[in-house]
Order: sequence, then structure tokens, then C-alpha cells
Amino acid sequence: MTAVGVAVGAAAGAVARYLVAQALHARAARFPWATLAVNVTGSFALGLVIGLGLPAGARAVVGTGFVGAFTTFSTFALDLVRTAEDAGARPATGYVAANVVGGLAACAAALALTGAL
Amino acid sequence: MLLAVAAGGALGGLARHGLASAFPVRAGAFPWTTLVVNVSGSFVLGVVAVLAAARWPGRRLLRPFLGVGFCGGYTTWSTAMAETVLLARDHHAPTATAYLVAGLLAAPAAALFGLLLTAARLDPGGGT
Repeated sequence: MTAVGVAVGAAAGAVARYLVAQALHARAARFPWATLAVNVTGSFALGLVIGLGLPAGARAVVGTGFVGAFTTFSTFALDLVRTAEDAGARPATGYVAANVVGGLAACAAALALTGAL
Repeated sequence: MLLAVAAGGALGGLARHGLASAFPVRAGAFPWTTLVVNVSGSFVLGVVAVLAAARWPGRRLLRPFLGVGFCGGYTTWSTAMAETVLLARDHHAPTATAYLVAGLLAAPAAALFGLLLTAARLDPGGGT
């Protein structure tokens, strides 16, 4: 049962990420804004899911499934390689820093908001 | 197109969930399972990116299904961030730092390795 919830949530999360990527497509030509946007907002969302202490079923669908699939490490990694190749070291470094600082800060903020930090 | 992304995402999420259930990591320990998921998924995405562009450019659903859907749904940024923050919160700052740095080094290296390896195998005589 948990597996079905994870699968449904993950399908929706992947589609949502794809739609964000389509919407930001023009901007993403120079800098991977779409991946940055989903990773930072998704880190905030997962912080909320953890901090709110949702029941296991809801956590599987929303946390493991939707948010887990909405955010992506593999596209981050490939974006980073491409950015380093095409745009150089400085945009690549900025991309890493923005994802890491943004993701950690967003997750920590959500945990703090829910009294879990 | 959306259906391919959804199907790949569901499979990727299930694979990640299956591994997390099979290899649970106790609180305070180094999150090996997520690290292995993120590094292996980055390698596969590198392979898929080359195959979709150079080997099967006509298969329009390959990248949405395997790349955007499966690899994207399998790997996760949010869990990596949450694990890092929770380790730091619970006074395991060295583990949190090692985990964060390991993912940031190994996943892009794996993606690059997947790109170069696949390109070299598709074009054995022409270098990468």
C-alpha cells in the first residue's frame, strides 16, 4: 500500500518538475534555473513534511513520493557538468552554491517554522 | 510525453523507496543509501543523455521516460538536504559535512563518467 502511494506521489512530482522545466525553458538556456527552483522549493516542502510529523501514509505519498521525485540530484549533477563545460567555472560554482545554500536554508527554515529545528 | 515522465517518475520513486526500505539508515549514521541512489542515478542520467542525443535521436520518449522521469524520480535533492540538516541539528556536524561533500563530488563525477564512457563506446575510434 505504501508502495502505491510512493508511486503515485512520485509520478506527480516528476510531472510537476517537468512542467517547471518547460515553463523556465528559455531562461534555462544560460543557467539551470528550473532545477535550482525545484530543488530549493522541494527542500522547503520536505522540511515541512518532516517538521509537521505527518502520519506514515501521508509522508510516503507527499515526502518520499512527490517531493522526492520533484527534486533531483541527477539533473543537478548533469546541469553542473554542462554549465562548467559551456559557461565556465564561475557560473558552475554559483550553481552549486545556490543549490546547496538554498536547499539547506529552505529545509532548515521549514523545520524551524514547524518547531523541529 | 507527460505519461512517459509520470511512468518513469513512478518507477524511479519506487526504486528509491525500495532501496531505502531494504537498507535503512539509523538516525545519526552516514546516509549511505541516499548517497548510492544519487550517485548511481547521476551515472545513468549521463549515459541516457548521450544515448538520447547521439544513438537514438528519433526515440522521443527515451529522455522523458528514463532521464526526466526515472533518473529524476529516483534521485532526490530534498532528502539529501534534510538528512544533512538533521545530522547537523543532532550534533553530527562532521558526518553532515562529509555526506554533503561526498554527494557534491561523487554525483557530478558519476554523471561525467557516464557521459564520457557512453560517448567513447559509441565512437571507439574518435576519442570522446
